[in-house]
Amino acid sequence: MDITELTSKRSLVSGSIILIILILLATVSLYSPGYTVVLLSAILMYIILTVSWVIFSGPTGYISLAPAAFFGVGIYTSAILGKALPLPIVISIGGLASFCLGLLVGALTLRLRGIYFAIFTFGLVELIKHLLLFWELHVTGTRGRFVMVVDYNTIYYLMLIIFVLLLLTAYLIRHSKYGLALQSIGQNEDAAAHTGINVTMVKVITFAISAFFMGAAGAIMATKWTYIDPYIAFNPFFSFMPVLMAIFGGMGQLYGPVIGAAIFTYLEEFLITRLPELYMLIFGTILVIAILYLPDGLVGLIQKLWNRISVRKHAYT
Amino acid sequence: MPILEGKGVTKYFGGLAAVSNVDFNVEQGEALGLIGPNGAGKTTLFNLISAALTPKSGTIRFKGENITGLSPCKICRMGVARTFQMVKVFPDMPVLNNVVLGSYFGMSPSMSSADAVREATALLEFVGLSAMKAIPAKDLTLANQKRLEVARALATNPELLLLDEMMAGLNPAELAQAMELVTRIRDKGITIFMIEHVMKAIMNACERIIVLHHGAKLAEGTPQEIATSKTVIKVYLGERTHAGS
Repeated sequence: MDITELTSKRSLVSGSIILIILILLATVSLYSPGYTVVLLSAILMYIILTVSWVIFSGPTGYISLAPAAFFGVGIYTSAILGKALPLPIVISIGGLASFCLGLLVGALTLRLRGIYFAIFTFGLVELIKHLLLFWELHVTGTRGRFVMVVDYNTIYYLMLIIFVLLLLTAYLIRHSKYGLALQSIGQNEDAAAHTGINVTMVKVITFAISAFFMGAAGAIMATKWTYIDPYIAFNPFFSFMPVLMAIFGGMGQLYGPVIGAAIFTYLEEFLITRLPELYMLIFGTILVIAILYLPDGLVGLIQKLWNRISVRKHAYT
Repeated sequence: MPILEGKGVTKYFGGLAAVSNVDFNVEQGEALGLIGPNGAGKTTLFNLISAALTPKSGTIRFKGENITGLSPCKICRMGVARTFQMVKVFPDMPVLNNVVLGSYFGMSPSMSSADAVREATALLEFVGLSAMKAIPAKDLTLANQKRLEVARALATNPELLLLDEMMAGLNPAELAQAMELVTRIRDKGITIFMIEHVMKAIMNACERIIVLHHGAKLAEGTPQEIATSKTVIKVYLGERTHAGS
């Protein structure tokens, strides 16, 4: 069997697996209890945050701690516009607002490299949070907002739509010339610029696209929480989780951050509900083990096992 | 009209004039050499041409058009490609993808992926790396990484190629191959501006040579004139002309 035949067979297999998973996800509300749908919504939310983080930070190596800022912008958009406009429009506006913030922040800061970029993006989360607090305290005289309530099935299906759109986007970027350009930026930005790549443009646009999906996820999630204030909306937790989940899952393949986020979220839910007093202890131990022994994340582990199996197969034939 | 023209090009690093008031012309189709002791400002001049740095004053024209202050990617897309003294390949990418990037984003940026791969494959053949196209660039020897940089630069389809010490650190066999490669690039009709410390290489490959010293132009002329110039010998070998023997 030659290489092209092998890869086409492989993509057929992975294509049908994806299709089956999507059909299962799309029909899950018909046959399973409400809790499963709520849990799956949370998992999808973290997958969206993680995969959008990986779109930009994975290949370029720019560690962004801004997810909470983009997520929070989506949440606040939903809180402000939720009662006035239909939900799909609110979600699009939430995504677009984050997209614009991404463009602005990207244009201002992407000349910073390494740790400086990480620190700035983290500062951004705090900056927006405190600006909003100031605004609510001194201008509107309120604290927090109520968000319109949406039933959990709607939340789930909206999340699923965004998830599918995001996977498509991530796949297309990864397999286009811009995916290659992002990689080259991560490996040697100067050489990339001298090879004709408009590095600033590629970085800023990708950063903004990743912000769009984080904002959209935030706009949906807000309706689940019903009440939000700046501390809830701009919680730095949502900046760190995508990074950890991406490292845990591995960024070498597109499915890495997906399974990383899924397992991580499920684990978190499981530990919080079953072993609340040991939750952080076990969670921390797993993280340490993952970072020490799985440098390429779960993807690396899977590929290692796969190689071992296929080598053995060839040895016998 | 020269293909590349610099007038009064000046760059300071702090108080140090790395390049001061340098005029230069590169003629269409020629191979021009740039030599000078360490720290003379050769690489800085290349960085100014390719816009890795912006000059403090002076203008640089490419085919009559002022390119001072443009971005590096713009200059590359206009047809000026370069290689680096300290090689800057994309280490974890397969050799082929290193070159494909040049085809994708160079002078003709609307190339289809099949065409880009075809062109990159042909260029790897041209520089003699076709056997290695699938391995990561970091696993190549220094000589091969330098050839890879040449292939990547050529993939952007340049009219002018800046080669920054392409021969440094190569063994005699590799050196001969590199010199032969320079000749073949010229045969494609590409103008070459090269920095080189390997005198044999530069004397053979270039019709004209510019000598920089302490950031200023010291001499300019044919290899013959440069090799016999009193001032150049003084700078390279010290006061007494027999010091080298």
